[in-house]
Amino acid sequence: MIKEFRLPDLGEGLTESEIVAWKVAVGDTVTLNQIIAEVETAKAVVELPSPFAGVVAALHEQPGTVVEVGKPIVSFEIEDDGSGGSAPDTGAAKREPNLVGYGAVLEASGRPARRARTFAAPAAASQPAPVAPVRAEPVAPVRAAEPVESKPAETGLAASAPGERPRSTPPVRKLAKDLSVDLEAVTGTGEHGLITRDDVLNFVGGGDLPAEQGLGAQELAGAPAAAPATGRVPAGGERETRTPIKGVRKFTAAAMVASAFTAPHVTEFLTVDVTPTMELLARLKASRAFAGYKLTPLTLVSKAVLIALRNHPTLNARWDEANQEIVQFNYVNLGIAAATPRGLTVPNIKDADRMSLMELSSALTELTDTARAGKTGPEALSGGTISITNIGVFGIDAGTPILNPGEAAILALGAVRKMPWEYQDEVALRQVMTLSLSFDHRLVDGEQGSRFLQDLGAVLADPGMVLAMV
Amino acid sequence: MFTDDAGKGGISAGGPGNSENSTRRTGGDLVQLITPAGERISHPEFDSWLQDVSDEQLSSLYEDMVVIRRIDAEATALQRQGELALWPPLLGQEASQIGSARALREDDFVFPSYRDNGVAYCRGVKPEDLVRAWRGNASAGWDPFTVNVATQQIIIGAQSLHATGYAMGIQNDGADAVAVAYFGDGATSEGDVNEAMVFAASFQAPVVFICQNNHWAISEPVRLQSHIQLADRASGFGIPSMRVDGNDVLAVIAATRIALDRARHGGGPTFIEAVTYRMGPHTTADDPTRYRDANELEDWAAKDPISRMKSLLDRKGLLTADLEDAVAAKADAVAKELRAGTINMPEPQPLDIFKHVYSTPNSWLDRQQEHYSRYLASFGDPAEAASEEGAR
Repeated sequence: MIKEFRLPDLGEGLTESEIVAWKVAVGDTVTLNQIIAEVETAKAVVELPSPFAGVVAALHEQPGTVVEVGKPIVSFEIEDDGSGGSAPDTGAAKREPNLVGYGAVLEASGRPARRARTFAAPAAASQPAPVAPVRAEPVAPVRAAEPVESKPAETGLAASAPGERPRSTPPVRKLAKDLSVDLEAVTGTGEHGLITRDDVLNFVGGGDLPAEQGLGAQELAGAPAAAPATGRVPAGGERETRTPIKGVRKFTAAAMVASAFTAPHVTEFLTVDVTPTMELLARLKASRAFAGYKLTPLTLVSKAVLIALRNHPTLNARWDEANQEIVQFNYVNLGIAAATPRGLTVPNIKDADRMSLMELSSALTELTDTARAGKTGPEALSGGTISITNIGVFGIDAGTPILNPGEAAILALGAVRKMPWEYQDEVALRQVMTLSLSFDHRLVDGEQGSRFLQDLGAVLADPGMVLAMV
Repeated sequence: MFTDDAGKGGISAGGPGNSENSTRRTGGDLVQLITPAGERISHPEFDSWLQDVSDEQLSSLYEDMVVIRRIDAEATALQRQGELALWPPLLGQEASQIGSARALREDDFVFPSYRDNGVAYCRGVKPEDLVRAWRGNASAGWDPFTVNVATQQIIIGAQSLHATGYAMGIQNDGADAVAVAYFGDGATSEGDVNEAMVFAASFQAPVVFICQNNHWAISEPVRLQSHIQLADRASGFGIPSMRVDGNDVLAVIAATRIALDRARHGGGPTFIEAVTYRMGPHTTADDPTRYRDANELEDWAAKDPISRMKSLLDRKGLLTADLEDAVAAKADAVAKELRAGTINMPEPQPLDIFKHVYSTPNSWLDRQQEHYSRYLASFGDPAEAASEEGAR
């Protein structure tokens, strides 16, 4: 008879442990309480005594592996007579998910909620950053529309919150489990969509919906709604997709976590009437001097940033933790966050502060094209001193961008919108943009960050102000 | 100086209270009757309380210590195997627990801490009942009134108040039983213990405070907690105290008998500091290597309570192969009983939660129980639902 030994919670509320070393090999005969492994938990390195007397049949995990509590780690071949102090049949095997040390059975992924919270914040906060600088196609609105179109109104709420299970009561959940019914596929008719016992029974009665009519497939294909408004999802389809974390995604995650948890971020917002800048942009585009150049709001904002930085060099700096120094750059390598086929990258334009508007425009176009082609070289990705992320191309107004590691500031450009705005003491329809500036509060004080943002706003609100600044 | 190092090292170096000649020392010198090498030292006062301790009793003291060490090891293994949620090992404190518990009379009442499993065993608690609460199968492992041992107290030192209150009750009854509170060195820094000692002294209650100074309040060394010997804290309350080698089972028995006798004859409370050492972790969730010097552990291993008892028996020619076999067989049997009892322990039923709330019927609770029964019934088959829920 084979008996499995599952990794217990070795120290009051642990969810995982690392196998440090096996003290036995497959085929070894072990006695009850013989030390079979060394395991490191978050609290201590402890020795695992064998719960059985028998022969080691299999070691399921390699040393160095982090194993979730409740997973089998070793199997034993036990003599059936139950002698030799081994656990009786009523032991581990029968009651396996509910042994004291295993804690509550976790649903879904089995990852502890606590762990998820740790990474939720940076992941969410990093959302505004992965943004393409000059991207004309309005991707976002289309995406946003999909679920609305394809989802029946009744289940819209539940489906839009994938982390939550459908509302029901424990007896109903038990019933559904007994009948092998996935509650997410059941439409609740109770109060606020509560799934009742009858809903489950009705579902079982007429639940033979063909898979292709299911909602999930439509959603994936982005097809318009064709199914009846039952909200039923085909059983058996993959409900989650797992993608290994690697490459740019892994690098991005590490960089964002490092940045978010080492540099104390402050984000300030300024909403500016950029109508004069947009008018200037139109004039420049029409002028012969700029024929052949691709001018965008980003070009002019970049230039404005470079001009405003001259009076506020503290934002163009780096906190050097190792040497305990603040490095003030006397040049500007302007980083532009770019969504590329491989993920988010932030290539930078070297010595952007010495460029004319034409040179800057050319450099931006080249940077964008190279990034989109996925050909950005490592040289362009290192040495940035300050960054811009253009979330406006997605129709977004403001965000709290995370600093590109090693830099002191990052500016997010919002969408330029026509809005009713105070203009010459009257309400007029003006072109308005929100600037979101995050800076490293270790080396940039609120005053410095605010004054920089104010100057930048002043230039965009009245490009003629440049005359007063340079 | 042998086991007495509460004053050694650390911040105690300059503390006048730790000097041998300090006027603040009132607990007296550490009393030791068996040296770590197993040599019997005579002590005029303490020896007079040990005259009835026969060779057979010496052997059975040895057996008890070996058995509870085995219980402790088996329970620790059961925790590592996922059968217990937690276990607080008593390794190293066997003499303190067995010596004191064996001195008690049946009608005395013990108020133990979570670590005093050796005391509970001595009082007749069954092995599986020792682990019932640690497995999460019950709020407490046994009926306190069948063995005169209260349920183990998790709150540090709180049981000292219960002991003092119980002792005042004994006074009211005019009985000559004694309440005994067990706690550790860390508890002497808690308000509850200090309040208990104030009341015990004020009312001259028949209570004995047995402090097992195992040198560590989880990761806090005793030398940081007290600039004077713990026994000397008692004098501040007007309570007589003794310091004994807690790894010396005879010294602990004698001290406990002295204290019990005083209490039974209207002499009021006594404080006993049994100087011992927690050889293991605070609990199975603790890693003592993070805060404890390995050399310290080695020093104390040389003062082990069981090996010194073994040496004493050997010197007296009592350590026969028969005795060793019998003791080993007993330990094996108890360990097996503990393991089987633990693994086969029935899961509590959902309605069990209502069982021990009130000793008399209570309509409010009955209503809740009825609601809960109906809720359980809504799962379908009540028996099935109950077992399902109970297993969770």
